[in-house]
Amino acid sequence: MTKFLLSCCVAVLLAACGTSVPLSDVPVADGTVKTLGTDTPGVGGTGNVITGNGVAQVDVGKRADQVVAPAAPNTVYFDYDSYVVKPEFQSVITAQARIIKSKPAQRVAIEGHTDERGGREYNLALGQRRAEAVVSALSILGVAPSQMEAVSFGKEKPVMMGADEAAFSKNRRAEIRLQ
Amino acid sequence: MNSSCLKVFPMALRWLSLVWLFFGLVASVSAQLKFDVSAQFRIDVSGIGLTQMPITIMTFRGEAVSSQKISDIVRADLERSGQFRAIGAGVDGLDELALPNLSAFRQAGSDALVSGSVVALPDGRFDVRFRLWDVVKGQDLGGQSYAVSSSDLRLAAHRIADYVYERLTGDKGAFSTRIAYVTKAAQRYRLWVSDADGENAQAALTSPEPIISPAWSPDGTQLAYVSFEARKPVIYVHSVGSGKRRLVANFKGSNSAPAWSPDSKTLVATLSRDGGSQLFALNAAGGDPRRLIQSNSIDTEPVFSHDGRLIYFVSDRGGGPQIYKMSASGQGIERVTFSGTYNISPALSPDGRWMAYISRVGGAFKLFLLELGTGNLRELTTTSADENPSFAPNSKLLMYATQQQGREALMTTTLDGKVKARLSGQSGDIREPDWGPFFKP
Repeated sequence: MTKFLLSCCVAVLLAACGTSVPLSDVPVADGTVKTLGTDTPGVGGTGNVITGNGVAQVDVGKRADQVVAPAAPNTVYFDYDSYVVKPEFQSVITAQARIIKSKPAQRVAIEGHTDERGGREYNLALGQRRAEAVVSALSILGVAPSQMEAVSFGKEKPVMMGADEAAFSKNRRAEIRLQ
Repeated sequence: MNSSCLKVFPMALRWLSLVWLFFGLVASVSAQLKFDVSAQFRIDVSGIGLTQMPITIMTFRGEAVSSQKISDIVRADLERSGQFRAIGAGVDGLDELALPNLSAFRQAGSDALVSGSVVALPDGRFDVRFRLWDVVKGQDLGGQSYAVSSSDLRLAAHRIADYVYERLTGDKGAFSTRIAYVTKAAQRYRLWVSDADGENAQAALTSPEPIISPAWSPDGTQLAYVSFEARKPVIYVHSVGSGKRRLVANFKGSNSAPAWSPDSKTLVATLSRDGGSQLFALNAAGGDPRRLIQSNSIDTEPVFSHDGRLIYFVSDRGGGPQIYKMSASGQGIERVTFSGTYNISPALSPDGRWMAYISRVGGAFKLFLLELGTGNLRELTTTSADENPSFAPNSKLLMYATQQQGREALMTTTLDGKVKARLSGQSGDIREPDWGPFFKP
């Protein structure tokens, strides 16, 4: 109460001094009365809107396509910043080419991956290069291009967690997957 | 109180007024300048030469009855902008109707004052009101009132921060905007839409497979993004309000890096359907993609300039990845970045002045800011795994992803790098931020 009186006194004195501060009953909002929640895109609205900010939830659900375990080694590993298929992985390519060619109706995805360093989109493009390098190696051995699709996961699906070369070298890879 | 005014007072009255002023000052300063430590997120201020306006945001009368502490939200918004330094928290009772003792606030070092109130309405909504004072000039800078549902209380607070920001800096505030980002937790990926401070997050999409590269449509109603739910990257356009999704690029190979043209009619994206990672233009309403450029290199991460005339993108045509620009139809390719061997993820400010991007320095990935007109370059962070910058629609703040204490986190930074804030509102790994546009009424 004392504080209130003090403030009043000060206010009266200030007002008496002819400042521009109005004394009392300041009109609120200068006539600007805005109603939020109806005039704004994504705020309010109709339909499936769950809350005032209008975000409907979509759940893709569980993974539909369970991955079949490969019958033979199916992974090619790469050096840093490289998409060259190293000679030591030619046996993987050869064995996989034999399997795919024996099943002309078989569709095959070649999935490229990178380690975690760098941007997601640029890594996606690097992984695509690795996948396409393996597609080239398979087609040289006679696999029909129409059976193959090169796709990339970039750095999104590492097989080994960790920020060291042991993990990085396992994650820089392309996997040949029969679909 | 000005001195010329005092001259007309008799001596005794002048003495009395000074005494009253003194007591008023002591009473209000001691009560009002209790420093508030319940900040919504930590704000790091570094460097010297900061010019921040000291401002006092009073506790709003009655805000304890609402689910949101309006004054805390306004204070955190203004501090995150880097333009303001909040001093004092204040006492209950000084609302938008009260006539504050401005000289006391001035004595306490405050240049501006916000007071207000929150009143529960009979229909369950809340009436939020505020008033802004220029403490130095002793001027009433106006106020507003909002009648909002409980779920829109935060929005009202952000609108108040926008009003204060615009009146005091002359620039439009971007606090009442939305951001999108992705979290990964327990093998579930979620695409979130939240307030610009990371709070009030709502999941737009939940998936067992990664989600990357969300991009707001220029009207703020849709998100384009890359989803791996079909065990390959494909591009969806997702209406945030309805949850309706449209598959816009599911061609053979990988489909990624969607970017909207400013008129919302075109999406430019990276497709590998003809081999390699190449840039194509897609009609946002559907139809065949049109190849923009043909190269043997990686061309990706396209982004339109604010006027829609240019596309900036990343290419490794010169060896390592660098940022280039060309016309929106794919003509006249020019290199933009020259320092460093790995420059990716360009983001252009809506005012056309700046380009933010990520550069590899040593083994670290760091956020840089290039002033396009002058070529001046700034390193903005001290972290080492920065990713994916995105500008606030007023071009005054940047949001980016980084790693802190081994977790992925979202940060904002001022364009001089001096004021940074880590966004809260989510636990676990947070990544891939994209700052939405201003709301259009």
